[in-house]
Amino acid sequence: MDKHGVFRVFSKRITKENFKSILVQNIVPIMFVILCLVAVRWSGKPLAFLLQEVVFRMSRNSFLVLSLVIPVMAGLGLNFGLVIGAMAGQAGLIFVAARQIPGVLGLLTACLVALPLALGLGYMIGRIMNMARGREMIAGMILGFFMNGVYQLVFLFGIGTVIPFSNKSMILPSGIGLRNTVELGTIRWVLDELLMVRIGPVRVPLATLALSAVLEVLITWLYRTKLGQDIRAIGQDMRVSQVAGIQVDRTRIVAMMISTVLGAFGQIIFLQNIGTLNVYDSHGQIATFAIAAILVGGATVSRATVGQALLGTFLFHLLFIVSPYAGQNLLGSAQVGEYFRVFVAYAIIAVSLALHSMQRARAQAAQKH
Amino acid sequence: MSGYVLEMHGITKDYYGNRVLNDVTLKVKPGEIHGLVGENGAGKSTLMNILFGMPVIHNTGGFQGKIRFRGAETVFDSPRQALESGIGMVHQEFMLIPGFTVAENIKLNREPLRDTLLAKLAGRRMKRLDWPKIVSDSKAALNMVGLGIDEMLPVAGLPVGYMQFVEIAREVDKQGVKLLVFDEPTALLTETESEQLLSSVRTIAASGVAVIFISHRLDEVLSICDSVTVMRDGEVVTTMSTSDQDTTIDRIAELMVGREVKRPDYPKRAKEPGDDDIVLTVEDLKVDMPGEEVHGVTLRVRRGEILGIGGLAGQGKIGISNGIMGVYPAQGRVAKDGIEIPLNDPGQAYKQKLAFLSEDRKNVGLILDRSIEYNISVVATLVKSMFQKTLGVGPVGIRVRDKKSAREFAAGMISELDIRCTGPGQLVRRLSGGNQQKVCIARALALDPEILLVSEPTRGIDVGAKQRILDLLVSLNREKGMTIILTSSELAELRMVCDRIAVIYGGRLVDMLSPDDSNARFGMAMSGRRAEVQ
Repeated sequence: MDKHGVFRVFSKRITKENFKSILVQNIVPIMFVILCLVAVRWSGKPLAFLLQEVVFRMSRNSFLVLSLVIPVMAGLGLNFGLVIGAMAGQAGLIFVAARQIPGVLGLLTACLVALPLALGLGYMIGRIMNMARGREMIAGMILGFFMNGVYQLVFLFGIGTVIPFSNKSMILPSGIGLRNTVELGTIRWVLDELLMVRIGPVRVPLATLALSAVLEVLITWLYRTKLGQDIRAIGQDMRVSQVAGIQVDRTRIVAMMISTVLGAFGQIIFLQNIGTLNVYDSHGQIATFAIAAILVGGATVSRATVGQALLGTFLFHLLFIVSPYAGQNLLGSAQVGEYFRVFVAYAIIAVSLALHSMQRARAQAAQKH
Repeated sequence: MSGYVLEMHGITKDYYGNRVLNDVTLKVKPGEIHGLVGENGAGKSTLMNILFGMPVIHNTGGFQGKIRFRGAETVFDSPRQALESGIGMVHQEFMLIPGFTVAENIKLNREPLRDTLLAKLAGRRMKRLDWPKIVSDSKAALNMVGLGIDEMLPVAGLPVGYMQFVEIAREVDKQGVKLLVFDEPTALLTETESEQLLSSVRTIAASGVAVIFISHRLDEVLSICDSVTVMRDGEVVTTMSTSDQDTTIDRIAELMVGREVKRPDYPKRAKEPGDDDIVLTVEDLKVDMPGEEVHGVTLRVRRGEILGIGGLAGQGKIGISNGIMGVYPAQGRVAKDGIEIPLNDPGQAYKQKLAFLSEDRKNVGLILDRSIEYNISVVATLVKSMFQKTLGVGPVGIRVRDKKSAREFAAGMISELDIRCTGPGQLVRRLSGGNQQKVCIARALALDPEILLVSEPTRGIDVGAKQRILDLLVSLNREKGMTIILTSSELAELRMVCDRIAVIYGGRLVDMLSPDDSNARFGMAMSGRRAEVQ
């Protein structure tokens, strides 16, 4: 079934012989499992509580993490530009909040508003990344910072001046610019409560999880299409693909557009669960945490699967839940635990990037000789 | 119909006023295996670039002449167009995606597809791959080239030889291929793999596909080809049938190299260099220079001689000097006058009065955006603390650059070597190639070397300036008694100035020849075979 191993976490089947090398290759997820077990043990929280938290966090985060898989396949690395997709999603949510469109309709409207924005922005990111070949990740990150400025310009100065805005309660007292906090009351939990199922003590938002599942199936399906094959080819060797007649630049742009649109939808799903939108803040850490999560699952800059995305989301958020409690119980301070989890997120990214450039240097040297 | 699948008539091509192809004609029949041989720079690659419509041709003003393919006059604007019209190419370097399976590589970007619902809405790229057909087609193509491996294996782990077969299988699999170009397909193969490859080339030709077979291995060419076109200096020397009695390896080799070399009457030395006075010994030198690996070369360099190092590109001749000078990682033993020079440390060779003119003049040799005077003096300053003065009072002082002495020295060199420039302060970038090379020589002379290693000194330099550079080297040799080791791809220039010529093939010394040896002997040595001395 799983011909390309999209669901596979380990790159090889485990046998007695390669056990050690698999252990080394997957040291990140293995360390994380151990870390999580220790933290769970010391958090002193009942299993039901943890399960509930993890289920909610999985349901609201996995879509975002999954949106990172395609750019990695296409050789564009980890998409730090995901924040830009998230901004598009937030623009959709702001539109819906201003019009007070309720329920599922509101959610769909948010997606519909975000879609053209995300497509356009994704196209732009793709174009820029084609110019910044080999430095896609840093380009994406800086582009994120830059677009954050544009985003602020639009919502801090544009609203009430060039963009007419009727919902006065969302605007700052000066009449220009949005307030920091936008209540998403009309669509809060809409998706989650669409199909809430109780399994034992745990409430499961089936509809939200189903959306992620649909995305997983779509990514798997994409692998088997011509586009997927082209994406995989350019991800491995752009030059050979080019010589074979694959339109490398176009395919990279398409991959970026898909990722940006998924990022926008992912942010909408995320925020409908949170229930409030911090206009100038909600998107800030989205890319960093999603990237940390997929890396925790064992993905690398050049290889990521759906399975790794899901495992990573699970482990990363489990640690997020338990570390303040574990910090409280172990060291007498929840803050330490909270500090620790942020620290871990950045450390994971830093180590992965360093490992990647080391491997790439080694591969290049090997190719030369 | 003329009976030829490809006819190239009167192909002429200039690069920036430099004629690289002159009135070349090449004709190939369906099912024929046509050998194309010649030294590096003979024009084989340019001819193929024209056939494939490579951008490098169009960007440099196109070409003159006519190409008829399958009876119709054609000019391909892009490689893609050529490929679509039925011309295939088996590359020297592998065009394979390592993480893909053999089957996926054979079908790369030509995957059979199956319709899907989404494809009707979103276009062709949403079609699904037809895996059963990918597998069966690949099997058939692999059978054709005689490689019995599992088509679902990833390419990454395959032996190098197999990768070449996968490439060929891909070309064979293309529907409607009428002409297949093999560019040195056996260069990286073992002997048995080569034989297997040759037999699959025969099978392919037997199915009616015309083959152009480019190779430096003349025995292969002779055994497999129906006819051979020999190129030299951008022209076709001859096209001959291999069934002809006169067509022998020696004959081809001779034609490949065969230009008359006029060796000027250089002045005789008081004492001609001989084996009784060896200045530099190189023993079992191995150099890890990408693309120019040396696998164990032993040389004895006579004091006061000009020793030539020749051979085809990629065979390792360039690696030798780079290894001796410590530019690339090397093993072995190098000694000057009995004193061993530690390898892998450029400073050490300089200390023993060796100096090096790199083949990579623009990147390694010169600092283009600095003045002539700076370029000439910088290495001497670093290595021997020349062109410096002490600033300070009493015993306390620091050494700083002494512009005055550097300028004086540069001015002396400019007049001595006849460097055409506006003065010592001119930026090196503004100089012509020949004058840049002279700056390099001046810089080496600043070190006052006993042995000068020179790599490709005339590469990228116009014809008149080439002669001046060579004359300059000869006069350094005759007047200053400097020993020169001259590495060059141009056999003619080696034969013009050298006392002896070492020919390198496959990273090893094949033969040590005299410039007066026959063309055939040079030709054979260049293709890796040592002539039996009668």
